[in-house]
This record gives sequence, structure tokens and C-alpha cells, in this order.
Amino acid sequence: MTLATSPSDTTTPERAPRARRLPPPAVTFGLTWLGLMILCAIFADLIRPYDITQMDLSARLSPPGTPGHWLGTDELGRDVLSRLIQSVRVSLVIAFGATLISAVFGTTLGFLAAQFRGVVEHVVVMLADFQAALPFLIMSLAVLAFFGSSMVLLVCLMGFYGWERYARIARGLAISAGAQGYAAAVVQLGATPRRVYLHHILPNVASTLIVSMTLTFPEIILMESGLSFLGLGVQPPDTSLGNMVGFGREYLTNAPWIMLGPAVVIMLTTLSISLVGDWLRDRLDPTIR
Amino acid sequence: MIRFVSIRLLRALITVLAVMTFAFVVLRMSGDPAEVLLGPDVPQSVIDAFRAEWGLDAPLWQQYLSYLGAIFTGDFGVSMRDRSPALELVLERVPATLMLTIPALLLKLGIGIPAGVYAALHRDSAVDRGVILLAILGFTIPSFVLGLVLVLIFAVTLGVLPSGGMGTWQHAILPAITISIGGIGILARFSRSAMIEVLGQPYIRTASAKGVSWRDVVRGHALPNAAVPIVTIVGFMVGSLIAGAVVVETIFSWPGIGRLLIVSVSNRDLAVVQCILLLIAAVMVVSNLIVDLLYGWLDPRLRAQPAH
Repeated sequence: MTLATSPSDTTTPERAPRARRLPPPAVTFGLTWLGLMILCAIFADLIRPYDITQMDLSARLSPPGTPGHWLGTDELGRDVLSRLIQSVRVSLVIAFGATLISAVFGTTLGFLAAQFRGVVEHVVVMLADFQAALPFLIMSLAVLAFFGSSMVLLVCLMGFYGWERYARIARGLAISAGAQGYAAAVVQLGATPRRVYLHHILPNVASTLIVSMTLTFPEIILMESGLSFLGLGVQPPDTSLGNMVGFGREYLTNAPWIMLGPAVVIMLTTLSISLVGDWLRDRLDPTIR
Repeated sequence: MIRFVSIRLLRALITVLAVMTFAFVVLRMSGDPAEVLLGPDVPQSVIDAFRAEWGLDAPLWQQYLSYLGAIFTGDFGVSMRDRSPALELVLERVPATLMLTIPALLLKLGIGIPAGVYAALHRDSAVDRGVILLAILGFTIPSFVLGLVLVLIFAVTLGVLPSGGMGTWQHAILPAITISIGGIGILARFSRSAMIEVLGQPYIRTASAKGVSWRDVVRGHALPNAAVPIVTIVGFMVGSLIAGAVVVETIFSWPGIGRLLIVSVSNRDLAVVQCILLLIAAVMVVSNLIVDLLYGWLDPRLRAQPAH
């Protein structure tokens, strides 16, 4: 949350066997689960057995294993599996959109700070200070409660999460790239700053930025599900993983399956991204090589 | 050093001012609290009277200036709900939140750092792998899931601990554990990697080579150096002592700052929300400031830099 540099989460160069820190089965599991979730999100409409709002009042609160409702039904007789599939789609779309916004916004600010230094740099540092002073959940809570929650607002708001991380990385890498021959050479050749940054510096720092995206992504999923759990994120009739847990909470004692399904999905997804992200970082990140 | 401190102080002040401005602008721009508080069927004259009473009819910049002016005289406004001073309402909730977050912080420090350091010293052992796995699990599990699962196990199924509310010390156990798990994971992972990085440094090899015992190398050379990055994270955790329990307080119906924030936000109680945001930001900024100053003390290289 601050601009202070953190120690990279790996080993010193001389004793760094690539990708040995985490056993590959864990990574394989992570990749498989993520693949499954992405397929789920893409084909949600096809694989969903029921419509998410379709009620079956005669089969309310059926336990998992009931024929036709393999993960049970909720208090209105809606199929938990169908809602879960739709929730995966909604939560992944929000997290994906927000991660992209945050990466583009942060990288742009970082490059601007590197290019212009001086005042621009101070402004970026001040923005980062601001973000560090007000925990993101608190800020989003205030904004969403007062403006009313909508999908667009939610994605944009989440898009402000973690930008300072990209800004710090992009600024640092751009400044060091500027000191290297290749950037100076294209500047000498008369390339515009825009061309230098987008065509020459960006490809060289992309892998580090991608690794930061794997860090931000699960945090955004947790943030969105936290807000939805509090009733401030995704609004009914639409459904998201956090929103399902939030409503399932009311039936914790007599129908825990309503909340356990989405809870397990959130955990496995964030866990998988962390495992895969760690592994990617060990393989891709040039700053720790 | 004086220059460094004064620049940091100035930045801290600007940040707090920015948070105040942000809170003010967002809260005022988002609609009329009069309509929410009074309900839809109230005649226009009553709404106008309400707006005049609370100064909501003045231009935004005038409201902003009088708000700032009032804060510098220690007046944080009055709750629109029950007309008691906002600051009082907020401060009386602080002890309840700290009752959860301070034990949670102690758990994070007491378990997270030793686990991380131990894992780093026994790198690639079974214990190390176990610590990594548990740490990742710890910070990927959302607090609301963990809280509900703990309730399901210890309150619903076993019936040994209360599921919510505030009363005896037993009521604080589940919420405090829920808050601490994520931080334990983060600290364990962070101290492990900080320690591993330090242990690979040439000065550790030098110290071992000149015959210092391993125990003294770890105590005298490795731990102090690994402490520098760990302090950043701990500072952040101290900064979120007030703000870090919103979700958990909701799960366990704990009457702290987080509950007050959620209730005031949905009631559009502007003065109370502003007061809470200001308090949260102030605590965060002060603890970041302390961390920056601690760096100078922990890291003699920063101290040795000439002040210019």
C-alpha cells in the first residue's frame, strides 16, 4: 500500500532454482481450476441447468444431492449450482475488468512520472499517499453507499485498486530503461515519447507488470466479494460469489450449503491465482533474476 | 534529518486534508441527505427547513469552508440522526473495535513473524513447506468466509463459543481469530522472504566465516536487517487497527467503528461518516509517519546520509 519497496518474495540469485519453491502439482492444480472457472464464465449460459431467478417453491432449501439440484436450493427454491455458475461469471468479469483498468491507469501514471518527473511525480506520490491513508474497502464502502451500486461504478471503483503498485513498478523500470542504451537510441532517432514508451519500454517491462496483475486479481475478487457480502457490491437479482455468501449467511444454521458452495469457489480461485502467480513470478520476473 | 521529518510531516498533513476533502465532496455530491432521512412523503417546506437548519442550502464551497473552520476548532459536527456530537459517537465505539484488533495484532506478530523466521532458517524442510502453504491459505481465505465457518463449527455445531454480540471475553475469541488469520499469513510469508534475502547476503557469510556462532549471526546480523522491511507491513497493520474490522464486526454483530460506519453510511449521517473517515485516515497517516521515522532508527545507512 505504500511506495516503499518490498523484498521480492524469492531467493537470492545464486540459490534460486526456478519454480522449485512450490511443488508443480500445486501449480497444475491452480491452472486446472482457473481453466475450469474461465470455461464456466464463458459458457455460463449453456451449462447452467436453470435460470438464476427461476424459483421452485415446492423444493425450497433442498439439501445438496437432491436429484435435479445437485448443490441444493436456496430459500426461494432457486438452484444453487446455476447461481454459482452465474456468480463465477459476474465475479470474474468484474475482477478482470478492474485489473485491466488498474494496470492501464497505474502504468500510465508511472510512465508520466518517469517522463516528466518534478511536479507530476509529486502529484502521483500524493495520490498514492491518499490511497494508502484510506483503506480501499472503506473508501469503496462510502462511495457505493452514497452513489448507489451499479455494475459500471463497481468495476470502475475496483479499477482504482492497486494502481499504485503498477505506478511504482512502471516508474522505476522506465527510469532505469531510460538510462539504458536502447531507449536513449530511439530518442536520438527522433521517436516521440509516446512511441518510446509504448513500443520500446512497455514490452520490456511487461512481464513484471503481468506478475503484479496476478497479485492484484485475487485481491480484487476478495474486495468485490467483501463489498457484495456487505450488500454494497453486486445487487440482486444479479448474483456474485460474495453476494451469495452474504445472503446464505441468514441460513447458516439450517442450510449452510447456500453459503459454503460460493465460499469454496472464492477460496479455491484466489488460492489458485496465488499459486500460479508465484510460479509465474519465479519464471517471468526479470527484476528478481 | 530535520528536512526529512518536515517533508514527511507536510506530506502527512496534505494527505489528511485530501481525505477530508474527498469525503466532503463525495458525500455532498451524492444526493440530498434530507430526502433519505425524512422519507419520501414529506412536504417540501419541511425539507427546506431541514436543509436550512443543517446548512445544506449554502453553496458547496461555503459548506466546505465552514466545515474546515469548524474542524480546526475541534467541532466535528453533529449526528443528523440523534443530534449528539459526531466525535463523541465515534470515540465511544473505538474501545470495542480495539478489543478485537489489538489481540488480533498480537496474534499476527506472535505467530506470523516467528513462523516466517523459523521457515527461513529451515528452508526447504517439511516445516518450511507447511508454513508456506498455510500462509497462502491464510491470506487467500476471505474473512467473511472464515468467520462464518468458525461460527458454523464452534457456535452452531460444537456450541462452545458465542456466535455474535459483545459480552464476556469469550465473545471476542472468534472475531479476533478471524481478523488475525490473514495477517498471520502475510507476516509469515513476508518475514520468511525478508529473512531468506538477508541470509544470502555476504555479511552473513563473513560473520559465519570469522567464527561467530550461528545463533549470534541470526540474532546480531540477520534479524536486525530483516526487521526493516517487516516494519513496513507491521506499520500498515497498526494503521488499520481502527479500520480493519468492518467485515468481521458485521459478521459477529460487534458494536465497533465498522458497524457504526455501515449504519451511518446507509443512514447518510454525513457528520458521523466524515468523522470516521477522518479518524481512520489520521491513524493510518500517523502510523505510516512513525514507520518512516523508524526506518531512520533501524537502518543506520539512512541516518548517515547528510541532511541537505
